[in-house]
Amino acid sequence: MSDYKSMTAAEIAKAVSSGKLSAVEITKEALELARTEGEKLNAFITLCEEKALNQAAEIDQKVKKGRDGTPPPAFPLCGVPVAIKDNISYTGYKTTCGSHILEDYQPPYDATVMQNLIKAGAVIIGKTNMDEFAVGSSNETSYFGPVKNPVGDDLVPGGSSGGSSAAVAAGIVPIAFGSETGGSVRQPASFCGIQALKPTYGGISRYGLVAFGSSLDQISPFARNAHDLALAYQAASGYDANDSTSLNYERPDFVSLLTSDKKFKIGVPKEFFAEGLDPEVEKSVRAAIDKLRQDGHTVEELSLPLIDQSIAAYYTIACAEASSNLARYDGVKFGLRESGDKSLAEMYADSRSVGFGDEVKRRIMLGTYVLSSGYYDAYYQKASQVREMIRREFEKAFEQYDLLIGPTTPTAAFKFGEKIDDPLAMYLSDVYVASANLTGMPALSIPCGQTSDDRPSGLQFTGPGKGERELFQVARIWERLS
Amino acid sequence: MVSSAQTKEIIYQPVIGLEVHAQLQTETKIFCGCKVAYGEDPNSLTCPICLGLPGALPVLNKRAVEFAMRMIIAVGGSVNERSVFARKNYFYPDLPKGYQISQFDKPIGTGGSVRYNVGKEPERICRLTRIHLEEDAGKSLHPEAGESQTRVDLNRCGTPLIEIVSEPDLASPQEAYAYLVRLKQLLQYLQVCTGDMEKGHLRCDANISVRPVGQEKLGTRTELKNMNSFKGVERALTFEIDRQVKLLRAGGEVEQASLLWDEKKQMAEPMRSKEESHDYRYFPEPDLLNLTISSEWIEKVTSDLPELPETRKKRFVSEYNIREYDAVVLTDSRELADFYEQVMNQFDDAQAAANWIQTEYLKTLNDLKISIDQFPVRPKQVASLLGLVKSGKISGKMAKTVYAEMVSRATDDTESDFTPEVIVEELGLVQVSDESTIVPIVEKIIADNEPQVTAYRGGKDKLFGFFVGQVMKETKGQANPEIVNRLLKERLDS
Repeated sequence: MSDYKSMTAAEIAKAVSSGKLSAVEITKEALELARTEGEKLNAFITLCEEKALNQAAEIDQKVKKGRDGTPPPAFPLCGVPVAIKDNISYTGYKTTCGSHILEDYQPPYDATVMQNLIKAGAVIIGKTNMDEFAVGSSNETSYFGPVKNPVGDDLVPGGSSGGSSAAVAAGIVPIAFGSETGGSVRQPASFCGIQALKPTYGGISRYGLVAFGSSLDQISPFARNAHDLALAYQAASGYDANDSTSLNYERPDFVSLLTSDKKFKIGVPKEFFAEGLDPEVEKSVRAAIDKLRQDGHTVEELSLPLIDQSIAAYYTIACAEASSNLARYDGVKFGLRESGDKSLAEMYADSRSVGFGDEVKRRIMLGTYVLSSGYYDAYYQKASQVREMIRREFEKAFEQYDLLIGPTTPTAAFKFGEKIDDPLAMYLSDVYVASANLTGMPALSIPCGQTSDDRPSGLQFTGPGKGERELFQVARIWERLS
Repeated sequence: MVSSAQTKEIIYQPVIGLEVHAQLQTETKIFCGCKVAYGEDPNSLTCPICLGLPGALPVLNKRAVEFAMRMIIAVGGSVNERSVFARKNYFYPDLPKGYQISQFDKPIGTGGSVRYNVGKEPERICRLTRIHLEEDAGKSLHPEAGESQTRVDLNRCGTPLIEIVSEPDLASPQEAYAYLVRLKQLLQYLQVCTGDMEKGHLRCDANISVRPVGQEKLGTRTELKNMNSFKGVERALTFEIDRQVKLLRAGGEVEQASLLWDEKKQMAEPMRSKEESHDYRYFPEPDLLNLTISSEWIEKVTSDLPELPETRKKRFVSEYNIREYDAVVLTDSRELADFYEQVMNQFDDAQAAANWIQTEYLKTLNDLKISIDQFPVRPKQVASLLGLVKSGKISGKMAKTVYAEMVSRATDDTESDFTPEVIVEELGLVQVSDESTIVPIVEKIIADNEPQVTAYRGGKDKLFGFFVGQVMKETKGQANPEIVNRLLKERLDS
C-alpha cells in the first residue's frame, strides 16, 4: 500500500469502511511518515502513537462487526489520519502551544472538536508545531523550533498553524486542524500550496482551544482538496453548549452540496490589490479572476475602503485579548514555575520572563497598553468601533455579491529570518486575511498559480456569515478550472 | 490658612457609601456546573472552567441571573434589557484566570433604594447606584505558625456574586449598620443569599468622607475593607470618621487611600500602595454573549417574588390584629415569620402566639445558639402546646416545663413525636379546672385561716396571694390559677 500519500481523506474513509484497507495499517503508515518526513519538517511536537493505534483498531473492529451482519455506523472520517495543532486540548498528551511555559502541560479534558472528530472516525496521529501561543506568521516563534515548508527548506511554512499546514502539504495526513486568529490557516495554506477554511465565527466550538484572541479565534481545517475540506469541516462543526459563542443552527450537508452549477456573483475589492502586492501573485490572481469570468460567473470590482484599517484594528484587538488570555500562565497552578521560593511578584515575573518568548511578550505589552486607563478609548475602543464598521461594510457588500475574491497573502512564502526582526513587515503579511477574523465571516484559501521560482500563491474567497457551503462550491469550481 | 481656633468650630458630617458583595445561594457556580458549597475539602469543587485551565470557557448560569433580578426588582431598580460582562484583569494566586468576570459599564441592574430605620427615628432611604453580577475568587490560606507556604483553595472560585453599590446617602455609622441589616433581611427574604457575614457570604467595603456641615462639595474619601461583621463596619466607620475629622481639625488633609480594618487592634491601617494601585483594564468578556433579558422574563420573576418584609409586616398587623411592634419582630426574618404563620394555621390566638415566639422561641435560639432552621420543635407542636394553655388544661407555668421537655427530647431527634399531650400525661401535669373539686379546698382554706381572713377583709390586700398559695399547695400546684383566683375573690370579697 504505497499510495497513501496521494489518497484523499474521502478515499481512505471509503476504503477503510468497506474493509478494503485497515485503519491500523493506514495509521502506521501515517505515523511512519510523521516520524520521517514530519521530523525533517519539524511539523510535530508530539505523536499520539498509542492512542492513534487504539482508535484505529477500534475502527477496524467496528467495520468488521458491520460486515458480519449489523450495518456499520456511518463514519465520515473512517480511519482517516488527522493531525491537530498543539493548542487544542487532547487528553493523554501534552498541549504545549509551542511554548516553554506549557512544555509539560497535559490537559485533563478533551476539546469538543476532538470528541467530534473521534466520533466521526478520525484517527488523531499527532499534535503539530506552531508559533508560540499562535502569535506569528512564519512559525519561527515556536519554542520547539521553526517548521520547514515542504515546498522548499529555506521557506517558512507560514503561521501560526505551520505544522498542520506542512503535514498536509507533505502528504503525512490528508486533513489537519489549525486555528485562526488572523489568517493562521489561510496564510500557511497559501504558502504551502494547499487549501484551508477559516469558518464563520462560532462554526466550530472553541471549547478546549487555548485562547489567543477569543473574539477572533476559530479552529480551522486544512486539506488538499475541497471535498476533504468540506468533510473535515462537517465533522468538526456543530453547536456546543459549552461555548457560549457557538452558532446554534442546523448545518447543511456540505459534502453532498459540494458540486454546484451555480453561477456566482463575485466582488473584487480593489483594496485587496494595494501597494505591497507581489506582481507575480497579482498576475496569478488576475488570471484566476478571468477564468472564473470565462466560466460564466459575474466578477466585478468594488471598493471596501475600510479594509485598509483592518490590520490596525486586528492587532489592537488581538493583542488586548491575548494580554488577558495569557494572564493565567503565572506559575501558580500549572505550567512552568520559576523562583518558587522567592516572593509572589518575583515568581510571577520570573516564570513569565523565562516561559514566554519575545513575540508573545511583545503582544502582551501591546495589549496591556491598549487596555490601560487613559489609552482604552483611543485604542481598544476605537479598534472595536472600526471593527464594527468593517463588519457593516462587508455585510453591505454581501447584499450585492455572493462572494468576495482576492489574493490570500501579498507575497508567496518568504525565507526564514526575512521578517522575524521586523514585526511590522510580519504583521503586514496578514493584510488580506485579518478582515474575515474581524467580521467573523468565513474565508477559504485555495492554491492559484506559482511564482517564477515555484512558490505557490493563494486565492482567497470570503463569504457572508454561515456561507461555507458557497465557499466549498466555488473551491470545487476553481479546482475544475485550474 | 485657617487658624486652629477657627477650625475647631467646624462640625463635620460623614458621607458614607457601601459596596456589598452577596454570594448567591445557587446550586451551582456562575459559569460552570460545580456545586456551590461551604466547608468541603479544598479544591474538591472544581473543574477545568473554574480552575481557569487553558481552553475552558464560561457558560452563564441562568439561575444566578434570576437571583440578581429578584434583588434588583425588590429594591425597585431597573433590570437592564442588555448588560455586558467584562474582564477585570489583575494577578492574584486565588484568581486562576488572571481576570475576574464581572460587569463594568453595563451592569444588569441600575437604581433602586433601600429603606431603613435607626432606632425610633423616621424611616430613611438610601439610593442604590447599581447591582451587577460577577464571579467570586478562590481563597488564599496564608501560612499558619510552622508553615512556610500559602495554599490556595478554589472551591469558592466561580461562586456567583452580586455587588450592590449604594449612593453616598448614609450619614452615620449607625445608618450604615441599619442599612446593612435591611439589605441582609431583603436578601434572605428573596432567598438569594444566606447573609452570613462571618462565613463571607456577605462582604462589605465602605467609602467614607467627611465635610463641614452645610458644604455641598464632598471631601476626599477613603475606602475601608476587611470588616467581617455589621458591627465591625460600624466600628470601622466610627474610627475612620474620627481619624479624618481629627486630621482636618489639625489642619491636615485626607489622602485618598484604601484602609484595612483590623478587628483585633480596632483600627484601620492603609494598604501598601502597591496593593491598591490597580489598573484593571476592563474590557468586554469575549467568551460570553451580551446578556439580554426579555420583559417577559422580568415579569415572570416579578410575579414569582415572595412577599417582602414591609408588606408582610403590614399584613400581620391587619390579618392577625397584633401590635405593630410585634409584627416588626416577627417579620424580621422570613423563617421566623413562616414559623409564626405555621403556628397560626393550627391555633387561633394570634397575640398569645406572638408573645410566645418573642419569649420562649427566641430564648431557645439564644440558649442553644442555633439558627431558625435548626429549631427543634415543629410549629404544630407549639400550636398544640399553646392550645393546651388556652383551653386551661395546663397552666402557663406548666407549659414552660412541658416546653423544656419538648426541646430536650426533640434536640437529638427531629422526627420526634413527643407531642405536648404525651409529655403532659407522662409528667402528670394536668391542671384541675373542675370547680366542684376546687370549691371544697377553697372553703377549707378560708375556714382554717380565720385570722388572715379577718386581716384581709380589714384592708390587707396583699394577703390574697397567701390564700392562692395555700390552695395551690393543697392541690400540688395543679389547680387552675384563674379559677382559684375567682373562687377566692367571690368568697373573700363578699
